[in-house]
Amino acid sequence: MSEAHRRRIGDVVLKVDNISLRFGGVRAITGVSFEIRKGEIFSIIGPNGAGKTSMLNVINGFYHPQEGTITWKGMPRKQMRPHEAAATGIARTFQNVALFKGMSTLDNLMTGRLLKQKGNFITDALYWGPAQREDIRQREVVEKIIDFLEIQAIRKVPVGRLPYGLQKRVELGRALAMEPELLLLDEPMAGMNVEEKEDMSRFILDVNDEFGTTIALIEHDMGVVMDISDRVVVLDYGRKIADGTPDVVRANPDVIKAYLGVSH
Amino acid sequence: MAELTTGETFPALLEINARLRGSRPAIREKDLGIWQTWTWRQVREEVRVMASGLAALGLARGDKVVIIGDNRPQLYWAMVAAQALGAVPVPVYQDAAASEMQFVLDHAEARFAVVEDQEQVDKLLEIRVRCPRLEAIVYRDPRGLRHYTQPFLHSLAAIDAMGREHQKEHPEFYDEEAGKAKGSDAAIILYTSGTTGQPKGVVLSFDNIVKIARMSAELEGLSEKDETLSYLPMAWVGDNMFSLGQTYVTGFCINCPESSATVMQDLREIGPTYFFAPPPIFQNILTQVLIRIEDASWIKRRLFHYFMKVARRVGSDILTKKKVPLGQRLLYGLGELLVYGPLKNTLGFSRMRLVYTAGEAIGPDIFNFFRSIGVPMKQLYGQTEATVFVTVQPNDQVRLDTVGVPCPGVELKLDQSGEVLYRSPGVFKEYYKNPQATAETKTADGWVHTGDAGILDRDGHLKIVDRAKDVGRLENGALFAPKYLENKLKFFPAIKEAVTFGADREFATAMISINLEAVGSWAEKRNLAYTSYSELAQKPEVYDLIKAAVEQVNRDIAQDKDLAGSQIKRFLLLHKELDADDGELTRTRKVRRRFVAEKYADIIAALYGGKDSVHVEAKVSFEDGRSGTLKADLKIADAAVSEAQAPRALAA
Repeated sequence: MSEAHRRRIGDVVLKVDNISLRFGGVRAITGVSFEIRKGEIFSIIGPNGAGKTSMLNVINGFYHPQEGTITWKGMPRKQMRPHEAAATGIARTFQNVALFKGMSTLDNLMTGRLLKQKGNFITDALYWGPAQREDIRQREVVEKIIDFLEIQAIRKVPVGRLPYGLQKRVELGRALAMEPELLLLDEPMAGMNVEEKEDMSRFILDVNDEFGTTIALIEHDMGVVMDISDRVVVLDYGRKIADGTPDVVRANPDVIKAYLGVSH
Repeated sequence: MAELTTGETFPALLEINARLRGSRPAIREKDLGIWQTWTWRQVREEVRVMASGLAALGLARGDKVVIIGDNRPQLYWAMVAAQALGAVPVPVYQDAAASEMQFVLDHAEARFAVVEDQEQVDKLLEIRVRCPRLEAIVYRDPRGLRHYTQPFLHSLAAIDAMGREHQKEHPEFYDEEAGKAKGSDAAIILYTSGTTGQPKGVVLSFDNIVKIARMSAELEGLSEKDETLSYLPMAWVGDNMFSLGQTYVTGFCINCPESSATVMQDLREIGPTYFFAPPPIFQNILTQVLIRIEDASWIKRRLFHYFMKVARRVGSDILTKKKVPLGQRLLYGLGELLVYGPLKNTLGFSRMRLVYTAGEAIGPDIFNFFRSIGVPMKQLYGQTEATVFVTVQPNDQVRLDTVGVPCPGVELKLDQSGEVLYRSPGVFKEYYKNPQATAETKTADGWVHTGDAGILDRDGHLKIVDRAKDVGRLENGALFAPKYLENKLKFFPAIKEAVTFGADREFATAMISINLEAVGSWAEKRNLAYTSYSELAQKPEVYDLIKAAVEQVNRDIAQDKDLAGSQIKRFLLLHKELDADDGELTRTRKVRRRFVAEKYADIIAALYGGKDSVHVEAKVSFEDGRSGTLKADLKIADAAVSEAQAPRALAA
C-alpha cells in the first residue's frame, strides 16, 4: 500500500465484539471480535467453512448472532437488519452473482439507486416534472459508475448474456450505486482468470482511493489479498486466529498451520 | 454544394468557421451516456483558452508537443492550440509501449506532452529520465492521478484556468501569435512505423493538409452537413485528414466514441454520412451479421438469404445507377424495405454516402456484400507522405481489384521496375531530422517513391500488386508479384495461407495450407473421413477443390497482360498450417518469405523438379510447448494455365 493511501485511514467505523453464531448445534462463529477502520481495505480469509461468509452476513444483517454486539458508526446493537444496513451505508456483493439476469447492466445499476430516490406516488406514476428530474439525477450517478468501471460497451446488454467476469463487475457497480460507506465483497475474484483478477484488484483499489469507501472483502487468492489489503483477519473453524497487517499475518505460525497448510 | 472554408492554416480556418457557421456542431463526444456537442464558436473558445494556457506554461514557437490518447475533443483542440502558438503537434499511437514512445519523444525533441489519462502519464513517467527534454505533461482525465505529486504534471483544467488568466493579462496575444502562421509552416509530424529500422517522422505542412483536404472535399462533394466518426488512431495520417483537415475545410461535424469498445454502438447512434474503415473492420461487421442471421428465426433467415441473392444480382448496378429491369428494381425495393434498410440501420450505415476502404486488399465477399445492400464503398490508395490521397475510385468506376485513378492535382507514374511514383500538393516536406531518408524517397523535382509496385490498366486505374522489393520476374521476364497471387488465393475460404514462388524461375508455384474449419465442414458434408489435418490435406478430393481455386486465380490473372505470365503451374498442399509459433508467420500473420523459403527448400526443389510427390519430416511445436516430428508424403499437383484474354467489362 502506498503511503498516500495509508494516511487516509481514519477511526473505527465498524466494531464486531465477541460475536457467536449457531445454526442449531453447529457453531459457525465463536467469539469473534475485530474492528474495521474508515478508509481501509480489510480482508477476511480462512479455509472453507471457516465462517467468512457468515461473518459478512452478520455484518449486513442476513444472520442474527446469538451473542455479541455490532457497533456501526458509533451505534451498538445486538443485530443488524438488512434494510437498516443498506439505508445506513453498507452495500455488498455475493459469492454467486445475484443480479437480475434479464435486465440490462444499466437497469441493474439503477436498482442500486432505489434507496436514494426521492419522489411521490403521483408524479412517479405520471413520470412528470420532479420525477423525471429525479430520474435524470440518478442516471447521472449511475453513468459515472459505468464510466468508472469501464462498462460503457455493455450498458444495454442483458446481464445474463455477459461473461462471468463482467457480471462480477456489474455487481460491484450496483453496490457502488448505493454510494456505500462500507462495501462488503464476497469473493469478488472467484472463478476469474489472471487478467480479470488484475482488473478487479485495480477497481477495488480505485474505489477505495477515489471515493474513500471502506472495503471488507473475502477472498481465496492469497496473492491478491496480501497485495491489496491494509489489514487481514484470519478465521478458522469460526474462531479468529490472527489479525494484523498482511506481513504480520503471513508470518503467524497459527495461520501457516491452519490455512496455508502444514503436513498432517 | 456548400462553400468550403478559406484559410491557409488551422487556426485561421477555425476563426472563419466560427464566424461562418458558429452555431453549427463541430465536434461531439459521448460522455456519461450522452452525446455532448461543441459548436464551432465553442471550439474556437476552447482552443484559444488552451493555447493561452500552454503559452503560460512556456510552450513557444518551434516546440514540439506530443499528443497521446484516444480520439478526444480536447486532444484535437490541443493540436490546433499548439499550431496557433507556432508549435508542432506530434500525435503518437496510444497503444504504443513506453519504449516505443521514447524514440519518438526523443527524436522529436518534445518539450510538452498532452495526454488522455493515467495510463499514458504512467508510460511517460517511466521513460522521463531518458527523455530529458520533456518538461511538462498535461492530462485530460484526473482519475487515478490524485496522488501524483510531480510538479511537472498538470491537469487540463488547470491549464485552462491559467489560460483564462493569461488571456486577461495579454488580450492580444493569441491573435498575434496565430496570425504568424503561414501555409508553408510545418503543421504536424507523423511517425510512420516502417517495416524496417526506426520510425521516420513525416513532416506535413498546413498547405499539404489543407490543400489535399480541399481537393478531396471538392472531389467527393463533402459539406458541413456531413458527419463522421473519429475512431481511428490520431497518430495515423488518415485521422488527421478526416478529423482535422476535412472538418476544418468543410465544417462538418466529427464524433468521438465513448470508448474503443463502444465504436460499433456509437456508429449506430450517430449514423455518419462519411466513413472510413480498413478491410478487417468490414470483415468483422460482415461476420457478425452472418452469425446473428444464423441465430435468427427461420423466417428472417429465409428473407435474408433470398433478398441477399437479389442484392448480389442487381444491388451494385442500382448503386451506380445502371439500367436494371423494372421487376428486379421493384424486388430490390422490397428487399430494401424488409432487409437491407433495417440491416443498414442496425449497423449505422443508413445515411452513408461516402465509404472508403484502404490499407490492404479487400475480399470480394466483403466488398460485394456492402455494395450490394447499397453502401457506397470504394477504395483509395494513399500514404502518409502524400497526406493520404494518391488515387480514388470514381463513383461510377468502383472495382474490386484496383484503387482508382489519380486524384485531381496528383501526377502518377511507374518506373521501369514497376514502382509507383507520384507528385502532388500533398507531398510531405521532409522526414524530420533525416535528410538521407528524405533524399532516398523524394526526388529533387518532387516525385515520391511509394515502395509499392503497381500496374496501370488501360482505363488508367492503378492496381497495387505488392511491395516493390518483393516483386520479381520469372526467367522469361514476366512480372511476378507474390503477395498479389497469395491474396487472390486466400480469398477462397478453403485456403488459409499461401506462399508463392517464381522469381528467377521458369514458372510460378504455390505452397498452400488449407483452412481446417472450412475444408473440414466441406469434407463432412461429402462424407469424407479424415483423422488429422495432414490426412485431410492429402485427400484427392481436397486437391481437386484447391485445384479449382488455383485455376480460377489463373483465369483471373490471365486477363491482366502484365501478370498473365505468372500463372501458377504447380502447387502442393502443406501437411500443417503455417504458424507464428514455428516462425513461418509474423505475429500479425504475415508470411516470413525468406524463412519459409529456407525451411521448405526441399519442397520448393520438388515443385520445380518435376516430381509428383515429396517426403517431409518436420519438427512441429504444439500449443502446450512440446514439439514432435511429423512425417508425410505430400502430393504435387499441376494446375491448368489459361490463355491471356481480352479484359472483361468494368465490374462496377
